[in-house]
Amino acid sequence: MAELDTSGGGKKGGKVRSKKASTRVDLTAMVDLAFLLITFFILTTTLSKPKAMDIAMPDKDEKKPDEQLAVAASRTMTIILGKDDKLEWFVGEPGKSAPTVDGYGKNGIRKALIEKGKEIQDKFGKYMVVIIKPSAKSVYKNTVDIIDEMNITAVKSYAIVDITPVEIGLLQKDGLY
Amino acid sequence: MSRAKVSRKSTAIDMTAMCDVAFLLLTFFILTSKFKVEDPVPVDTPGSSIQQPIPDDNLAVITVGSNKAFFSVDGSDVRIAALQEMGKLYNIQFTPDEERKFAATAIFGVPISQLKQFLNMDAEQKKSVQQSGIPRDSVSNELFNWIRESRKAAAALHQKQLRISIKGDSKEEYPVIKDIIAILQKQEVNKFSLITSLRGASK
Repeated sequence: MAELDTSGGGKKGGKVRSKKASTRVDLTAMVDLAFLLITFFILTTTLSKPKAMDIAMPDKDEKKPDEQLAVAASRTMTIILGKDDKLEWFVGEPGKSAPTVDGYGKNGIRKALIEKGKEIQDKFGKYMVVIIKPSAKSVYKNTVDIIDEMNITAVKSYAIVDITPVEIGLLQKDGLY
Repeated sequence: MSRAKVSRKSTAIDMTAMCDVAFLLLTFFILTSKFKVEDPVPVDTPGSSIQQPIPDDNLAVITVGSNKAFFSVDGSDVRIAALQEMGKLYNIQFTPDEERKFAATAIFGVPISQLKQFLNMDAEQKKSVQQSGIPRDSVSNELFNWIRESRKAAAALHQKQLRISIKGDSKEEYPVIKDIIAILQKQEVNKFSLITSLRGASK
């Protein structure tokens, strides 16, 4: 095989010996193959591992309705998810202030979240509460994206809540429903 | 005067040890890698920046795609126990053979009335058949019962709370997901996880 004959010279004229076959097998190809497979398994096992995004939904206990009013409206930011990967957000009660249409990601809602979060923190000395309301026209990806933004911007308190007709009206006005 | 001879060394390296190590590692990776369960509907999980991997055991996954819900739960003992309880609830008697087949079924999405038929198919048929999804309307509410019976079974057999996660398709409309969340909340499961994949470096 790939073994070099380095025994040097031959024994010309000597006794003809029966040649001993070498017991060494060339393992290069086998090792190549083994490492190739190892690489394959390493890559596939680490890359395909899905991630788990833990979420906690607000308790749907009808016995304790008072807890839903515990947060001042001025401290809350409501995010409504509309169609075509667009969202609307406003601070305070619906209808009082005009909602801002925004997109997802770094250049969209993230800026508003950080700015408003700081503003509310300075003004009230308390953290901002974010209420997420996905409409029927939004897709699952939007919900995941917005929760992801919560984790990125380290919003301490957020909740996913059902949308109300008033907010659907807001979306319709901007053509996002 | 003779020149000093440079002894020519053999270029062959002994690869036995290297080969041993390589195959040892290979064996390890083959054994530890989990086989990917193929989803009956194409599910493209949305990306996120979450780094936390999903737990390996004691997990129930509700797969949602094309407006259909599929259910899978870890552990063949939990599966069998859940199937028996479901059989009692819906008055269907499953044979031990069918129970064994159900334990080997990683994911399913048929109404319980068609489950017997589904279990008796061979692997090829199971792959090609169009599964209609587990009904989740309020009349039969099979998905609700599947989740509850699996949770009960996991609590009885492993003394652990079953972890529940939702694996949804990116393009799935929100009302479908809302239904699933409502089903979970109805049995007071307020904490669960959404399965996402790692987002690429683009964002």
